[in-house]
Formats: sequence, structure tokens, C-alpha cells
Amino acid sequence: MTTLTASRQRYLPIIATFALLVGAYGFGAAQYEAFASGQVVLNILIDNAFLLVVAIGMTFVILTGGIDLSVGAVVALSTLVSARLLAAGVSPLVVLVLVLVIGGTLGLGMGAVIHYFELQPFIVTLAGMFLARGLCYTISVESISITDGFFTTMAQTPVSLPGGMHVSTSVVIAVIVLAVAAYVLHFTRLGRTVYAIGGSEQSAMLMGLPVARTKITVYAISGLCSALGGVLLAFYTLSGNALHAVGMELDAIAAVVIGGTILTGGTGYVLGTVLGVLVLGIIQTLITFDGTLSSWWTKIVIGALLFVFIVLQRLVSRRAR
Amino acid sequence: MVLRMTGIRKRFPGVVALDDVDFRLLPGEVHALMGENGAGKSTLIKVLTGVYGVDAGEIELAGEPVSFTGPAAAQRAGVSTVYQEVNLCPNLSIAENILLGREPRRFGRIRWAPMRRRAEELLARLDLELDVSAPLSAQSIAVQQLVAIARALDVDARVLVLDEPTSSLDSHEVDRLLAVMRTLRDEGMAILFVTHFIDQVFAISDRMTVLRNGKLVGEYETAEITPVELVTRMIGKELATLDELEQVRPERTVREELLRAEEVGRAGGIEPFSLGIQRGEVVGLAGLLGSGRTELARLLFGADHADQGTIRVDDKPVSLRTPRAAIARGIAFCSENRKTEGLVEDLTVRENIALAVQASRGWTKPLSRKRQEEIAESSIKALDIRPANPEAKVGELSGGNQQKVLLARWLITEPRLLILDEPTRGIDIGAKTEIQKLVTRLAAEGMAVVFISAELEEVLRLSDRVLVLRDRQVVAQLDNDALTPEQIMATIADGGAE
Repeated sequence: MTTLTASRQRYLPIIATFALLVGAYGFGAAQYEAFASGQVVLNILIDNAFLLVVAIGMTFVILTGGIDLSVGAVVALSTLVSARLLAAGVSPLVVLVLVLVIGGTLGLGMGAVIHYFELQPFIVTLAGMFLARGLCYTISVESISITDGFFTTMAQTPVSLPGGMHVSTSVVIAVIVLAVAAYVLHFTRLGRTVYAIGGSEQSAMLMGLPVARTKITVYAISGLCSALGGVLLAFYTLSGNALHAVGMELDAIAAVVIGGTILTGGTGYVLGTVLGVLVLGIIQTLITFDGTLSSWWTKIVIGALLFVFIVLQRLVSRRAR
Repeated sequence: MVLRMTGIRKRFPGVVALDDVDFRLLPGEVHALMGENGAGKSTLIKVLTGVYGVDAGEIELAGEPVSFTGPAAAQRAGVSTVYQEVNLCPNLSIAENILLGREPRRFGRIRWAPMRRRAEELLARLDLELDVSAPLSAQSIAVQQLVAIARALDVDARVLVLDEPTSSLDSHEVDRLLAVMRTLRDEGMAILFVTHFIDQVFAISDRMTVLRNGKLVGEYETAEITPVELVTRMIGKELATLDELEQVRPERTVREELLRAEEVGRAGGIEPFSLGIQRGEVVGLAGLLGSGRTELARLLFGADHADQGTIRVDDKPVSLRTPRAAIARGIAFCSENRKTEGLVEDLTVRENIALAVQASRGWTKPLSRKRQEEIAESSIKALDIRPANPEAKVGELSGGNQQKVLLARWLITEPRLLILDEPTRGIDIGAKTEIQKLVTRLAAEGMAVVFISAELEEVLRLSDRVLVLRDRQVVAQLDNDALTPEQIMATIADGGAE
């Protein structure tokens, strides 16, 4: 009996997010005829594929009880490195690999500093954020457009779905990342160790789990996801710009939290993060459809939602106790 | 011999925790490690399990010299430990807590079904049947403790270390644990058992090693030593017996009432209760774990606020919505979680003691360093805190001494009502007696005390009146006229129906 309610409570935040998503979609469909088409939902995915990938990486970090503020800056750095190298005629494949290596290495470095010097992830990744954002300006202070054939193909080729609907290749990549992330979190030792560290780092250590390796790995994963997110953003905008993705770390954190992952770690699902990203996207779309509201209403609604969700999580965890 | 430790030395800044200690463990025995708080038991265990390195000495496991780099290395070598504070992850399932790090896998993929089966098998060995996919947080502390043991069993353990496993269990759960220990011993496991309960030591152990002040006192066959001899060796002097307390307890007279609670309750915390506490009175709270003892105390201290009823102090209605309001009226609360809710481990003894005084003075009137030192010195002397060093970090003190620091901190604010929640849990008999004597003395000086303990004998020894709780409800208030533990148990059992 008690176990039943306890496990049901674990899903409560994710169910709430799903209900919100359905509610928002229902509201939109009732208000605007065009909203009812499935393509609207797919467009949300298309417009937010890069955010989804970044937020998935963030989920790993937050599940251990950490935080990564550098993701937006790493995204921007990745778009610029791609644009600059492509402009110099480097093969797109080499560019891709290089960008991913840079992102992963940055994350790895931050993770190592956090673990071995026992520093707060907040401050270390804040430093990483300034570093990456600053590096952007050493590459170029202006926007560099991308004209490479591979990138434009990736950007412009739709992937057809049944029913006359379509998504972008970025969405396909994001969904693959999602599947891999869910697999890793639920079916590998690394994933379960991530949850264990979030539950109690001290216990995880005393249980003989590889705490050091895992903590460093999650920041590397986040760095890697940010780099990939940057590549997807480059597909989406076909440009590299130091001003890309300003504040995206906060959108990613918001998506993760609205998706039911608790900031202190140990509880949450990567699927929730998808729902969180979709909620952010649908609010944006609703406000666009309305046409009379200014875009900052998106921020106001997201702010209000965040409040509601953190309070909800607190209530759930209090009752579970 | 499965384990031999020789000449172990471990020094912390300012303290020699272990000084040339020898220890040996045979297969198929339960070996009790005994000693007062600060005797070095925990340090010895942490050295054995690789949490600390040694400054000198050797550890041999099955004849091979070993030097563990951490708990993981010790576990791999067959030394499994269950710590006093259950060190598991409450957010994960029972099965995961048992098998994490050793999950059955195929090509790196965790196979959940065999994992659950394996967990069920291990629990069955402990005579436990649970839904292993349920989160651990839904289980009682006792079950969590058994889950921790199940985890220890899964490794090919030759040595099982149980550090105070019974301190938060009720007597039925203790019997169950002891039965499990007997089974494992008969299977040839070497069990190192640390506890403060002397009766349990005599019930289960085959041999024992006694430590005092970081030094080895001796190794004894349980059959050849009496409890009194054991205690004498632990404290190094003849134990002033607890019976003396009975005489210390002064005659009670009618006194003025300090606090009265009328139909005070909190939904989900405790059912409405009424209670009057007089000056100089010790009110004991008896009940099982989770019966609402702590919840009641927290309401009186304002740590939780009541959603109904009134509390009067000195016959004036008061609103105790925050601990600050309660402190202002002379109410003090020593929490049962001294680590998380009472002390700041990284501060020194002096700083911890000064905290409460400073809080009552307000930040505009800082306490001089000299005054802080005086207060700390006098508290250390009054309560015999060891090491007697005001600059020692509280986190490095043993459990009993931490408890004394916490008490000292409240006592210097001269409270009129002192609420003690499990002040003697997990501390040794010497310190326990001291704390009990202190309670009696404080009450004789006119302080009202609310005393919470899982040990009925202790509650009865100290209290003038006993409140019996069950299922978050006060079921009876009994005057302590030669009450017996059996009477209290009967009241708990029948819910105060008579």
C-alpha cells in the first residue's frame, strides 16, 4: 500500500507536466483551427531540437545533484567553430568530430575540477560559461553564415512522416540522442550510478560505486550534448554567432525542472525533460498564434510555471517523507 | 584466522585515535568491539574498511597483507560493512540498493528481471519478503538496515562489519537481526559487531575486544566475563551503578505549571493532545518509533506549527510558530538527529557552544573570544566532554561527546523547559549515565524536562509522568508510581483502552 503510493508519487510530476501539455494543446486547438494539426506539435520539435539535446545533457548533470551553466556558451562556441572551419573549407565530417571533441573536453575538464577540487558545480560551470563565451569572440565578433553543402542539406531536407507531416533531420538526431540517453540512464551501470549519486553521494561512495568517474562523465556528457546542440542550431540558423543561445542554459534547466527532475538530484526521467521542452515550446507557439501578446509573455508564463512545478515537487517529496 | 590487525596507529590533528591496537577475527564467530564513545571503535572500523589509511600497523586478510585504498577495495577483498546511519540511496529501488555496482548484465545492459530475482533471494536469506522494485524510502529504518545487510551478503563477504546496527530498531526487530547474525555465523562468516547494548553483546557474541581511549584493553571470551567486568574494563573504573539515581530523585511537591497545551495537534503529525508540564518535572514520552514522539516535541518547540489548539506558557496564551518564539520563552530542544539538525560539524566545540548564546544576544552584541572560551571551558568541564579541547572540530568527536556539546549549548541559555529527543541513542553506558544524572539534577534545580527515548527503562527511571503514544496519538498519561516497562508495553499494545 505504502509502496504503491510511493512509486505513484514518483511519476506525479511527470504526469502533471503531461497533463499541462495536453491541456495547453487542447486550449490551442479550441482557440485556433490551425493549431489542431499534428504538424504544429512537430514544428515545436523542429524549432527546439537543439534545446532538447542540450536539456538531455543537463538532465544527466541535474540527476547527480549538479548543474551546468556553461551549456549555452558551449552551444554558441560550437556554431562559431563550425561556421569558421567550414568557411575555411574544412570537410564537414572533420568539423563535426572536432566540435564534439571540443564540447566533450570542456565538460570533462569542468567535471574533473568539480570533483577533484571539491568545488561547487555552479561556480565552476559559471567560469566555463565565461570562458566559452569569451572564446567565441576570439573567433569572430560577427555572425558567420554557413554555405556548406552538407549543412544546408541537413538544414533543408525534411524527413517525411505518414499523414503528410514532416520533421527536420535535427529532430531525428534529437530523438536518437533521447533514446540513447534513456537507455543509458535505465539500463547501464553508469546510469544507475548517476541516480545513486543524486540520492546520496556519500552512500554511493560507501557502496563502492565509481563516484569520481561518474561525476566527471556527466559533465562530459553535458558538454558533448551542448556541442551537438550547437551543431543542430547551426543547421537551424545556418550561421555561427557569438550571440547565439544567450541564456539557453536557463531554458534547459527550466525544461528539466518542469519535466519533473528535482534539482537536488536522484529523481527524474529524461522523458520528463522532453515534455518540459515541449511545454516551453507550446507556450511560445500559443503566444505566437495569439499575435497580440508580446514575446516576453513567454518568459512570464515560464516563470510562473517554474514556480508551480518546484512547489509541486516540494509537496510531493514532503508527503513521501 | 580471517583477519588480523597488528599495531594499528591512527592520528588525527590533536588526537591519537588509535594507539598500537591489535585486533583479530576468526571465521564463524561474532566478535563484539566494545568501548565508550571516543574509545576508537569507529576509527578502527573505518581503518579496516579503507575509509581511513593508517599511520602505522598492518592489516592481514586471510594471511595476506592488505592495504585498502577505499571502501570499494575493501568490499572486493571480502570486507562488507553496514554503517550505523544506513548508507543507501533512498531514491532507488530495494533491488538496486542491494545490487548496485554488481548488477547482472549482458553486454553492459542491466538485466532487471534476474536482478530482482537475485535481490529476492538475498532477502529470503534474511527471512524477508519485499517488493524489491519499490523505492527504499518507503521502508522503515529496520527494513533499510536489513537491506543494507543483504547488500553486504551479496559480495563474497568473509568479514561482515555491523556498526551499531540495532540502535534504531525495536526489540522485535533486534531479535530478527540477531537471528540473521546467528545464521550467517553458522555459515562461517566472521562478524564484527559494534553496539552499546550490553545485553545484546552477551546474547550473541562469542568473543569481544575492548578499547579505551584509543588503546587496546583486552580480548575476552564472552563466556568468561560478566557484564559488570566488561563495563568496568570499558570505563576503566568501577561503574557508579544506575540504581543510585533512584535516590537522587527528590520528593515531588505541587509546583506551578510552566506550560499547558490544550487540544494541540497537527494534521499528518500528531492527533490533538492536552498536556501540562510543571517546573522541575520530568515528563517522559514512551512509544514505538514513528508513534509521534518527535512530532509532539516539535510542536512544543515551534519547529512545526500546530494547526489547532492553544499553548499557554506561564498561564499566558502564546503562539509558538517558530523555534525562535519558543526559545524566547525559555524552551530548548535537543534534536535526535544531532548531525543534521543540531550541530555544525565543521565548527569547533567552542563555536558550537557559543552559537546559541550569540543567537539569544542578537548579532549586535558579539560575544568576546575570551567569554566564548570561558563558556566552552566550563561546559567541557561540567559535562566531561572529551577531548577536552575547545578548538576540536565537532565532526571529529564521537557520538556521545557530540550529544554533550549539543546539550551544553542549550544549557548555557538556561532554558526553563528542555526537550530531549533520544539524547542517549547510540552512545555508551558511561555517557548515558552521565546524561541521565544531568537530567535528574536539572529537574531538581527547577527545570522542566521532556524526555524522549526508545528505551522504556530509561524513560521510567527518569520521569515523574509518562505519556504513552501510539499511532501518532497520546493514548495515556501515567503517573510514575513504580510503573514497569511491561505496564507501558501493555498500554501501547492495547492503545490505552482501559
